[in-house]
Amino acid sequence: MKSEQQYIDLFTANRSLIDRGGAEIMNACREKALADFARQGFPSQKVERYKYTDVNAAFAPDYGVNLSRLEFAVNPYEAFRCDVPNLSTSLYFVVNDTFWEKSLPTATLPEGVAVCSLRQAAEAFPAQVAECYARLARTEKDSINALNTMLVQDGLFVYVPKGVAVERTIQIVNLLRADVDLMVNRRVLVVLEDGAQARLLFCDHAMDDRDFLTTQVVEVFAGENSNLELYELEETHVKNRRFSNMYVDLQRGSAVSLYNFTLHNGLTRNRTDVTLSGEGAEVGLYGGVIADKEQRVDNNTLIDHRAGHCTSRQLYKYVMDGRSVGAFAGRVLVRHGAQHTVSEERNANLCATSEARMYAQPMLEIYADDVKCSHGSTVGQLNEQALFYMQQRGISREEAQMLLKFAFAGEVIDAIVLEALRDRLRHLVEKRFRGELSRCSGCGLCK
Amino acid sequence: MLEIKDLHACINGKEILKGINLTVNAGEIHALMGQNGAGKSTLSNVLVGNPAYEVTHGSVTFNGKDLLAMKPEERAHEGLFLSFQQPVEIPGVSMVNFMRAAVNAKRKYKGLEPMGAGDFLKMMREKRKIVELDSKLANRSVNEGFSGGEKKRNEIFQMAMLEPTLSILDETDSGLDVDALRIVAEGFNKLRTPETSALVITHYQRLLDYLKPDVVHVLMDGRIVKTGGPDLAVEIEKRGFDWIKAEAEAD
Ligand SMILES: Nc1ncnc2c1ncn2[C@@H]1O[C@H](COP(=O)(O)OP(=O)(O)OP(=O)(O)O)[C@@H](O)[C@H]1O
Ligand SMILES: [Mg+2]
Repeated sequence: MKSEQQYIDLFTANRSLIDRGGAEIMNACREKALADFARQGFPSQKVERYKYTDVNAAFAPDYGVNLSRLEFAVNPYEAFRCDVPNLSTSLYFVVNDTFWEKSLPTATLPEGVAVCSLRQAAEAFPAQVAECYARLARTEKDSINALNTMLVQDGLFVYVPKGVAVERTIQIVNLLRADVDLMVNRRVLVVLEDGAQARLLFCDHAMDDRDFLTTQVVEVFAGENSNLELYELEETHVKNRRFSNMYVDLQRGSAVSLYNFTLHNGLTRNRTDVTLSGEGAEVGLYGGVIADKEQRVDNNTLIDHRAGHCTSRQLYKYVMDGRSVGAFAGRVLVRHGAQHTVSEERNANLCATSEARMYAQPMLEIYADDVKCSHGSTVGQLNEQALFYMQQRGISREEAQMLLKFAFAGEVIDAIVLEALRDRLRHLVEKRFRGELSRCSGCGLCK
Repeated sequence: MLEIKDLHACINGKEILKGINLTVNAGEIHALMGQNGAGKSTLSNVLVGNPAYEVTHGSVTFNGKDLLAMKPEERAHEGLFLSFQQPVEIPGVSMVNFMRAAVNAKRKYKGLEPMGAGDFLKMMREKRKIVELDSKLANRSVNEGFSGGEKKRNEIFQMAMLEPTLSILDETDSGLDVDALRIVAEGFNKLRTPETSALVITHYQRLLDYLKPDVVHVLMDGRIVKTGGPDLAVEIEKRGFDWIKAEAEAD
């Protein structure tokens, strides 16, 4: 119980400071979170869900935590140059855990739609926040949730009221910015009421050459017949450690597509936990991973089919180079009574070097009898015959490898609905394979 | 142009080529015939530098340069092209991107700027016409789902794009229907210049009727056992290889 103790001590010593920086509802959840965290401790790698990520090692170092909420000097617009051409978005910044009020988009959102600080939302939208906060991200069973809930002070709130469609993509750039090694605890709440429609694009960047540790808990509520596309794009550096837990609840007839691309990182663990609560809901999970050096990426998903007539699709593709380590564990649970479920789960991985490693574990548990489910996973190498064929045509071996990797990753990029973003991602992925994206395209380090 | 001297090569430790001697001069077309398993494809793979094969002895010079010391892509840049007996399917890599990469790699080697997008697409169109390659095929992934004949036609299309000086055609005729064979062979002839040469591997006279080889060789168990004029191919078509085998054994 070594690395846990420093967080418990931090919490007990700074409780009032933490509360001062947080919203009331956050403060109300802390005691239980502390108890849950103290009881569970960090998961060891013997715990199935955390088998592939050494959580203890990631949390052991002594990071600074900005509990007194000092403001960092930053001009996000200047720092951030990762624009998506041909895609005009409503652009917001979150610096560490702080919603950046100083740079808001000029275009206004439709009536009633909110994109703001979660702390402020607790006052401006007390009913919505109270109903949703910490409802899906339970602290009893996951100590990252517990730790985040213990320490979190702010984050983001996105709210789309009943029947409202937000045409313009809402882009949120999460910037990590610090002059010391820093731990960030961020909370995101996305509420789409019945019939609401929105598209969210999260881009994660690290601006400073520091060790960063982020816990992020995202709770997404998709009301009846709502429609959400949610894209996450991580382009950080090798000193970043990201632990993100995303919980998504889908009501009847809703459709949610989740995309997660790890283009450049240090250590990343993404947990995506989807509950299909209402009949006829549809969810798609698309993941793309490009890793090399000693990078580690662990995607862990659960899709819980509780209601009938729901569809889930998963496609995760990894291109592993260097000495990187990847893991994909995807569990699909079709509960008793979830008849006419359609579920597809596919994971395909390419290990371009003999040192790269990939652990793949698709799991399917079915307790209903009238369902259509498939799952599968493959790990392969670059096709030597194809490489030679291309070389015979004059293409260098390196370029040929790049073309094959790009072709492999292309399938999941093609799943992106938004054309401008698809083009942008193709461009970024190609740059990444050419080694021109050795840190990230948007951070201050690469200018 | 190409000079092969006492070439020995192995695959998986098994010797397949057992002392090949062959000289191809600029402008010449050589036919290479021989029974299944004689080593014809092995020779073509060794010439283009397939790493699966190991050269154990001998030398190959190409335009005065040591061919065996070059990487496969350098051999291509120097003007060597192989129309594969079994072209490889490359899902997800479009013909356009593939050809652009190949053409520009060669241009870079020659110290030229990459080709502009417009010029490149124009060139694709023109070269496609030479072998009457369907534009639908040119827009698909490399060889993916192509029929046997379409793959062969696509090989000659790539040859047209890359303008090699020495082309090795490894059974390009197999899989092509009668009309396709004529179109591809006539396309090949259009691409010929007094400087370009070819080594044409085939089992049948039909392709040679179009290409009109200057020299015909017979490969048997890793050695060239007989060399003659165009008539040799006609005779093989009639009589098979047994008489050549008998001659070779008598020597
Ligand atoms: N990987 C391998 N391991 C062992 N032997 C091999 C391997 N590949 C080819 N060979 C052998 O090498 C010999 C020559 O094969 P090659 O493909 O060069 O023949 P070929 O003359 O082109 O025949 P065909 O007319 O049928 O195309 C054959 O006996 C074949 O079985
Ligand atoms: Mg052969």
